[in-house]
Amino acid sequence: MATIDHKAELARAGAGVSGFWGTAFHLARRYPLGAAGAVIVLLFVLTALFAGYLTTYDPTTTNARSSLAKPGPDHLLGADFMGRDMWSRIVYGARISLAVGIGSTVLGCFFGVIIGLMSGYYGGWLDLLTQRVMDILQALPLLVMALLMAASLGPSLTNTIVAISIPIIPNVARVIRSNTLALREMPYVEAARAVGMSEWKIAFRHVLPNTMAPLIVLATAQLGSAILTEASLSFLGLGIPEPHPSWGRMLSESAAEYVRTAPWLVIFPGIAISLAVFGTNLLGDAVRDILDPRERS
Amino acid sequence: MGAYMIRRFLLMILTLFGMSVLIFVMLRIVPGNIVDILFDSAGMVNPDDKKRLEEELGLDKPIVQQYVTWITSMMKGDFGYSYVSEKPALDEILPRIPVTAKLAALALFFSVLFGVPLGVISAVRQNTSLDYFLRVVSLSGLSLPSFWLGLLILMAFVQYTGWIPIYSDQPRGFWHELWLLSIPAAAVGFRASALIMRLTRSSMLEVLRQDYIRTARAKGATKQSVNYDHALRNAVLPVVTIIGIEAAFLIGGLIVTETVFNIPGVARFLVEAIRWRDYPIVQSLVMLIAVVTVVVNFLVDMAYVVLDPRIKYES
Repeated sequence: MATIDHKAELARAGAGVSGFWGTAFHLARRYPLGAAGAVIVLLFVLTALFAGYLTTYDPTTTNARSSLAKPGPDHLLGADFMGRDMWSRIVYGARISLAVGIGSTVLGCFFGVIIGLMSGYYGGWLDLLTQRVMDILQALPLLVMALLMAASLGPSLTNTIVAISIPIIPNVARVIRSNTLALREMPYVEAARAVGMSEWKIAFRHVLPNTMAPLIVLATAQLGSAILTEASLSFLGLGIPEPHPSWGRMLSESAAEYVRTAPWLVIFPGIAISLAVFGTNLLGDAVRDILDPRERS
Repeated sequence: MGAYMIRRFLLMILTLFGMSVLIFVMLRIVPGNIVDILFDSAGMVNPDDKKRLEEELGLDKPIVQQYVTWITSMMKGDFGYSYVSEKPALDEILPRIPVTAKLAALALFFSVLFGVPLGVISAVRQNTSLDYFLRVVSLSGLSLPSFWLGLLILMAFVQYTGWIPIYSDQPRGFWHELWLLSIPAAAVGFRASALIMRLTRSSMLEVLRQDYIRTARAKGATKQSVNYDHALRNAVLPVVTIIGIEAAFLIGGLIVTETVFNIPGVARFLVEAIRWRDYPIVQSLVMLIAVVTVVVNFLVDMAYVVLDPRIKYES
């Protein structure tokens, strides 16, 4: 796959951009939706990092007196049945969501890259075998696979990350494999082999770095669905256990009965999930447009 | 083409075999075996009873033999017994399938009804404000969790009508049932139509870049004719494959939506069975879902071979 020299191309377009901020500003003008996504994701990350500074209440401390308190000056977004402050829980929930989202995406990509690279580079029976295993891992819908894994491993933060990372592996492995298949025929790989470089070194030093662009595209796309899968698993009571404040879990506690009596318990966590996923999806689309020349129009 | 079909069919069988092994192994590496769990929940401690139960369930045999027993009895239509109700698993699963199937069909219908035309409009009007608007709508459709959408719908009903449209086992006639099902189907279908819309748009854009479209424009065909006679016909083909992806996508949506709306279908039953640790049910249901998705994808591949004259599979 041909890579694009962005600087050269931007200069040719007469944009005359220089430096990090210049490039960022130029990209933001060209991809306004992506810029909006980047801002949302940045806010999401900052919220997770500085959760302690943004809240006055502890997200897990219960308080019988403020049970089901309405949104007001004391509790900005109200309080749940156990009197826990919703704003604190949503702010700390960003940590859980981000931890599971990034954790499972990174884990899935790590194994996906190794499997895809080996399978595409070495080929033969190894390729045939891994392809069949990937077929099997892809045969089940994302949520069902994650449910099966969660049921088998038991509910905990680490297990949720592992459960969600498993269905990501085949998606990544497929893309990396097909890229590797094309790359290993490249003249520079042949040149590296001619000067006596070991196959192992060629695979990691010359082939792997050139699969980075599609990997970044795929990883940002997977991040949103990982966050969404965590929310669904926790909503079903099979993801993040108590007392961690997970957005999906908050909806399962409040779900049916609070639809009538305490709508704020249903509305705010849902907005948090949707906004986080929407932001990553917007960013993911823009990243794909920037890095994948075939999708350009 | 025949050879390709046979090869593809054998691959499907191989995938299903691998799937069955995976499901079997996953459900047996559970911390503590099933008998321990049953004993813990029943509060029994007599080791003789425990041994008898293990023998009864065949858990004292080697794992390979257990697997073979499971597969062979499943081939004969014996799916084991539910630990919870002690009824045959098949008797628990089969009556729950029709509701889920109706819901899935309705959701698929909605998603094609809205997804395909909106995707075409978005592509034809590429980079106009209408296109931007439709893209934001479809992307937000993919970002809303369907269980939250379901809860919002319920909330709107409570707010404006004061009652909740809950699905009952005995709907009054066809139209009543259709009405009760179309509400949750809309919740599932919204996400699904967002997906179809995005894929239709990119498929349509791809076709609009082709040489024969330029030729059609050059020979003076009207915009209408180029877009609909030349482009849409060719763009619809890849959309057929989407139905394969949709099948997997819909099942995920059905699981949470049936839970929100309390619909007694198979998708919600899977979640309940996992919570109750009713492994014969979980095992059979996950296998059933695997069979459905794998077979749908196989049929879609076959349809593609038949429908697209450009594809010739030699080997």
